[in-house]
Amino acid sequence: MIPVGFAYERPDTLDGALALLAEHGEDATVLAGGHSILPVMKLRLAAPELVIDIGRLAELNYVRVEGDELAIGAGTKHRTVESSEVVQAECPLLAAVARTVGDPQIRHRGTLGGSLAHADPASDLPAAVLALGGTVVLRGPRGERSVPMTGFYTGVFSSVKEPDELITEVRVPRTGAAGWAYEKFTRRANDWAIVAVAVVDGRVGLVNMGPTPLRASATEAALAEGASIADAAALAAEGTEPTADLTATAEYRRHLARVLTKRALTTAAGA
Amino acid sequence: MKVQMTVNGADTSADVEPRLLLAHYLRDTLGLKATNVGCDTTSCGACTVLVDGESVKSCTMLAVQADEASVQTMEGLSPDPESLHPVAAAFREEHGLQCGFCTPGMVMATVSLLAENPTPSEREVREGLEGNLCRCTGYHNIVRAVLAASGQDPDAVTGGGHAEEAPSGGVEAAPGFSTGSGA
Repeated sequence: MIPVGFAYERPDTLDGALALLAEHGEDATVLAGGHSILPVMKLRLAAPELVIDIGRLAELNYVRVEGDELAIGAGTKHRTVESSEVVQAECPLLAAVARTVGDPQIRHRGTLGGSLAHADPASDLPAAVLALGGTVVLRGPRGERSVPMTGFYTGVFSSVKEPDELITEVRVPRTGAAGWAYEKFTRRANDWAIVAVAVVDGRVGLVNMGPTPLRASATEAALAEGASIADAAALAAEGTEPTADLTATAEYRRHLARVLTKRALTTAAGA
Repeated sequence: MKVQMTVNGADTSADVEPRLLLAHYLRDTLGLKATNVGCDTTSCGACTVLVDGESVKSCTMLAVQADEASVQTMEGLSPDPESLHPVAAAFREEHGLQCGFCTPGMVMATVSLLAENPTPSEREVREGLEGNLCRCTGYHNIVRAVLAASGQDPDAVTGGGHAEEAPSGGVEAAPGFSTGSGA
């Protein structure tokens, strides 16, 4: 499969990339590792006039401890997030979730910022960052702004990011030894999650249980009120709107959310 | 757009359309046909090559993304048939192939895996080759080959590698069927 023809720019600097986006935002697509956008372009579900390749901007490739937070450049590859000793020590959930993305070849190319920007409701990392209470840093012609993950997504494949903005950084709290777990249910190796559940420090993020990643609010509230894991997990599907597809009915997804939440909470509690 | 890259140690360059995939640059522009395009959807791994030492799926990378990079394909791994690369030799010795279509991708993924983890466990081998499908389902000997290439005993293969994740009781997973235990 061959994408529709496009013009290609590979700016040397972040400012250069932002200038191109400011000029062409509506007609351009940003490519970092390319593992979200190239498959879509090959299927001709997207046909941008211009591809802006930010895959080599060293400015976007870093992992830093800053106060209570971990700051990760948007261009950091999944393989780096997975294997970084800093991420493993300061935010082990994020390293573990990065390890479940695709397969080694995909993780060698795909980036954290790209995964968040693509906004696929079946993606692993958005729900993990949501459960972590993380923040997305966006830069564009109107300057820089930080958007909490709770308000970042607006629907399937859509977010509050404007076409002339770029995700430059992801910030997550340093959770350290706080209890965490990621339970991902798939039918075959390297597949998307049918449902997955990220738990960290009493917060619960759900993958593929609606048009956007979701927090299992009823479960979190029950836990805060001292409910048992079993009782809290039974509420995991409340308020969700999972879709039905070839892999699962909506009711099966609700069932999975409850089962996986119970497993994840149990693991996170160290029980 | 002009691209220049080192492929198997040799400088190459060509004027390509930005939409040209790396797999097609290697196969059609350079005539290196070991790199196969199987699924064309980033799933099967038959197109796996090394870019700057790391395994990638060349059907999901543009040739322009590899501009100025160093690329290695199966052809460059064992240029002399009389002295095979240790991984290729292990695949031959353990018969880690059936029809052979997936083999170049399997071998390149193995080279990348062993560079990151020189003595992987059987489980790590299976996880490391998760991105490569063999539609002959010849995985058993492939895992043996990877263990042998890493200097480990291929006879140690259990055929599983995910034992701790296996369901504990298959019968329990089938509601409506009594186990006959009367419990």
